[in-house]
Amino acid sequence: MSSQALPGLEAHAMASRAPTDWTSDAMRHRIARRYAAERRFKFMGLLAILISAGFLAFLLVTMAANGLRGFTRTEIALPIDFQRAAIFIDPQALKMGNPDQVLAGANLPAAIDKAAQDAFGPEGARLISASAVRSVRNAIVADPTILTRKVTIEVPASEGIDVAAKGKGSEADEANVARLRQAGVLSSGFNLPFLTASDGTDPTVVGIWGALKGSLLTMGITLLLSFPIGVFAALYLEEYAPRNRWTDLIEVSINNLAAVPSIIFGLLGLAIFLNMMNLPRSAPLVGGLTLALMTMPVIVIAGRNAIKAVPPSIRDAALGIGASPVQVVFHHVLPLALPGILTGTIIGMARALGETAPLLMIGMRAFVASPPGGITDPATVLPVQIFLWSDEVGRGFVEKTSAAIIILLLFLLTMNSIAIYLRNKFEKKW
Amino acid sequence: MVTSPMADMRNSDPKMTARHVNVFYGEKQAIQDVSIDVELDEVTAFIGPSGCGKSTFLRTLNRMNDTVPSARVEGRITLDGEDIYASGMDVVQLRARVGMVFLKPNPFPKSIYENIAYGPRIHGLASGKAELDQIVEKSLRRAGLWDEVKDRLHDSGTALSGGQQQRLCIGRAIAVEPEVILMDEPCSALDPIATAKIEELILDLRGNYAIVIVTHNMQQAARVSQRTAFFHLGRLVEQGPTTEIFTNPREERTKDYITGRYG
Repeated sequence: MSSQALPGLEAHAMASRAPTDWTSDAMRHRIARRYAAERRFKFMGLLAILISAGFLAFLLVTMAANGLRGFTRTEIALPIDFQRAAIFIDPQALKMGNPDQVLAGANLPAAIDKAAQDAFGPEGARLISASAVRSVRNAIVADPTILTRKVTIEVPASEGIDVAAKGKGSEADEANVARLRQAGVLSSGFNLPFLTASDGTDPTVVGIWGALKGSLLTMGITLLLSFPIGVFAALYLEEYAPRNRWTDLIEVSINNLAAVPSIIFGLLGLAIFLNMMNLPRSAPLVGGLTLALMTMPVIVIAGRNAIKAVPPSIRDAALGIGASPVQVVFHHVLPLALPGILTGTIIGMARALGETAPLLMIGMRAFVASPPGGITDPATVLPVQIFLWSDEVGRGFVEKTSAAIIILLLFLLTMNSIAIYLRNKFEKKW
Repeated sequence: MVTSPMADMRNSDPKMTARHVNVFYGEKQAIQDVSIDVELDEVTAFIGPSGCGKSTFLRTLNRMNDTVPSARVEGRITLDGEDIYASGMDVVQLRARVGMVFLKPNPFPKSIYENIAYGPRIHGLASGKAELDQIVEKSLRRAGLWDEVKDRLHDSGTALSGGQQQRLCIGRAIAVEPEVILMDEPCSALDPIATAKIEELILDLRGNYAIVIVTHNMQQAARVSQRTAFFHLGRLVEQGPTTEIFTNPREERTKDYITGRYG
């Protein structure tokens, strides 16, 4: 058969083809166009990278510029004469009992207001933050002997002074700041309470710890639920499930689930976990459950792709020396697929960490002024906290919002770094 | 047509027998009515053009076709007289008794030591570290690889050359002390020197194990096997002692194939 077709082909080729002239103008033109196309492609790629790098740099610079101020606070050196102030504290009781209880009995806020009025005039009390009580209390606990003399304590300035000192305050506050600067009592210090306190109404005392702990607990529950369920579902679907219409249906459903808008998951969580199962509102438990529903399909899809990428020859090799199907999966397939599964988990968890909408639906937007003690306590999470602060009218909240965003980004970076470290650790070289 | 068992009956029972085996992939029939014996002290070669079903048939001998959902096997295949497709047969144990070496070297992405030790470990063949070390050394020696790798047992098995990898795979197969070793074109991905080493190894292993080798290379079949079966289009055309098949084939198609007229 082939010997018949060949002569015809030969004749055709002989008749129609002259030897190729590789130096002709048409050829040269073609080469020039090819080079131009490659240069164009390279240029566009570079442009795309530069644009995205520019956006990233813009984001980081603005965040840092606004947010870093949130980590500092303006402090005022306040002279207090405890002997003249009308407070009565038994130093002995302070040593023995609970200092909070003892100091609560004394009227510290009034004493501080009085000291401020004495030092800075009738308006003095307005210059001092309400959280000055905490600084004074800490100073007394650290050294009770100061109760017998006159001392100067660094206390946080009020919101207006703080904002003005950082250059964005009202005229009256600016004038006060200038006056205080002249007196040499104004200084700037690290705002440690921002990392240890929770939400509040006064921007000089609010902290991120409550939201951070809420996020940690919520993410923990999300990971604990979605990772094992997602991995086992992926393993079952890839390695065990018979190929039939039901498996196809499940596959389509999971793919669709991964694309469902997150607010829908919030509604689902509201309906099932709160209304049907009567779990506590605003709790990290419910937040974690809801986000796990959202994260699981992502892990299943990434997991299935990673499992599919394990070469069949490895399965053959293990089966060929008498490994059972479960041994094949757990000794060979899963370890080889783990880096890919972890990549999917990073993506899913990063998305869950930044998620706000579904958590609003299950009540995590409540005002929570103390960090959650456990997974069933009311809590909020970082993105919701950012959302809440960005809505506040107080000017002091602007920098707090940016500072919270920095904390959220740092959390995300830490989480991803751990996952990438684990992924590289498990990655096998072929 | 010689599709019935060999006329020259032997004293000992064959290690494996296949009777009237048909294999289907879905609607398509890949193997038609194949009957053949595998003797304990011989190397049996399956030859034939690509797509003739020799690899498919080989994979029915340790039920590797079970992993293909659409595959269906009819007929009777026995190991020591026991039907391997019977419902009471444990497939995992069967595959430990009937080992397999594949076309492409497929060591696990683990150390050389772990590659060999994996099989004995999952089957509980060693009672301690010392015994396992012994099994690893013995298997690597048998596979002719010990001298080349003894100083780097904990290097990755995938870092070896292709020929070394294939010998590692053979060592991995014999580490679980199989009774039969199936080799599916073990040299097609190797250069001539590595091929020669594998062939040497097959000759060494002969007698300890019943060996079945699928090969495209007729010289290889002639060199290593005592018995040859020629497959064509899913049928067993002819089988017999290798010397006879190569010097005096009874079938015209066999003669055409081994003289290179097609294939």
